[in-house]
Amino acid sequence: MADLNAGDAIPGLSVTPDKYLPHRYAGASGDFNPIHIDPEFAKMVGLPNTILHGLYMMGLVARSATDLASGDPKALKRLSVQFRGMGAPETEIVVSGTVKSVDDGTATIDVVAAQGDNQTIRNAEAEVEVG
Amino acid sequence: MTVKTEAVGKEWPATTYEVGKEKIGEYARVIGLENPVHFDREAARAAGYRDVVAPPMFCVVYSAPALGPAMFDPEVGMNFAAMVHGAQEFEWGEPACSGDEVTTASKCLEIFEKDGKGFYVFETRSVNQDGAEVVKGTWTNIVRGV
Repeated sequence: MADLNAGDAIPGLSVTPDKYLPHRYAGASGDFNPIHIDPEFAKMVGLPNTILHGLYMMGLVARSATDLASGDPKALKRLSVQFRGMGAPETEIVVSGTVKSVDDGTATIDVVAAQGDNQTIRNAEAEVEVG
Repeated sequence: MTVKTEAVGKEWPATTYEVGKEKIGEYARVIGLENPVHFDREAARAAGYRDVVAPPMFCVVYSAPALGPAMFDPEVGMNFAAMVHGAQEFEWGEPACSGDEVTTASKCLEIFEKDGKGFYVFETRSVNQDGAEVVKGTWTNIVRGV
């Protein structure tokens, strides 16, 4: 992917997390906040159901960014995101983005994660070494 | 009601986390990462890493424990019932590899009110056993109706 240019769309990715993904993410990350794993608790605090971990979706954005460097983890130098809409399990997440600039081998990418019209992560910006 | 700001600048004791190969693999599988450098020691070494290397966002695993005491500090006084994780930034340095001991310190950068919401911004800085910075995190929590 050495020939990225400003304005190019990145390949992005799509994932449909299964019902138990938040349990596995909780185990992997150590974040056992019950809003992610207990439907009764989630409803008690006014949510429609359990919601995805924001940092799981940020992990997918990071995966999409490192994919630009053949998945090399050290290529991702910076990632900033804003969490907006809540993410739901069993619904497709689409990560998409555009190259903002390429400077000295480092690409700056604008990225969004969405479930349909619901942008769960927006104004995300990644810096990836691609050169 | 207004937000309390006396905790701005406060620092909390650092926590240390030893990065392990199987924990890296567990995290990488959940995210759907397939690069063998996250699972296989020889593949990681062939790619120039000291050992199996953590994906960048694995930083939440070793840096979040340092943030707990900050978020629960009564001087910060965040209302968890009305809190959402608003924004997050990480800047990565030296990769974290299996066997590394990563020490993370946390600090309150800012507390302010805007549009009836409280913004609580914390910083974590994580360094490895050689003193090299592994990641700097900026965590923004938003509390509605302060």
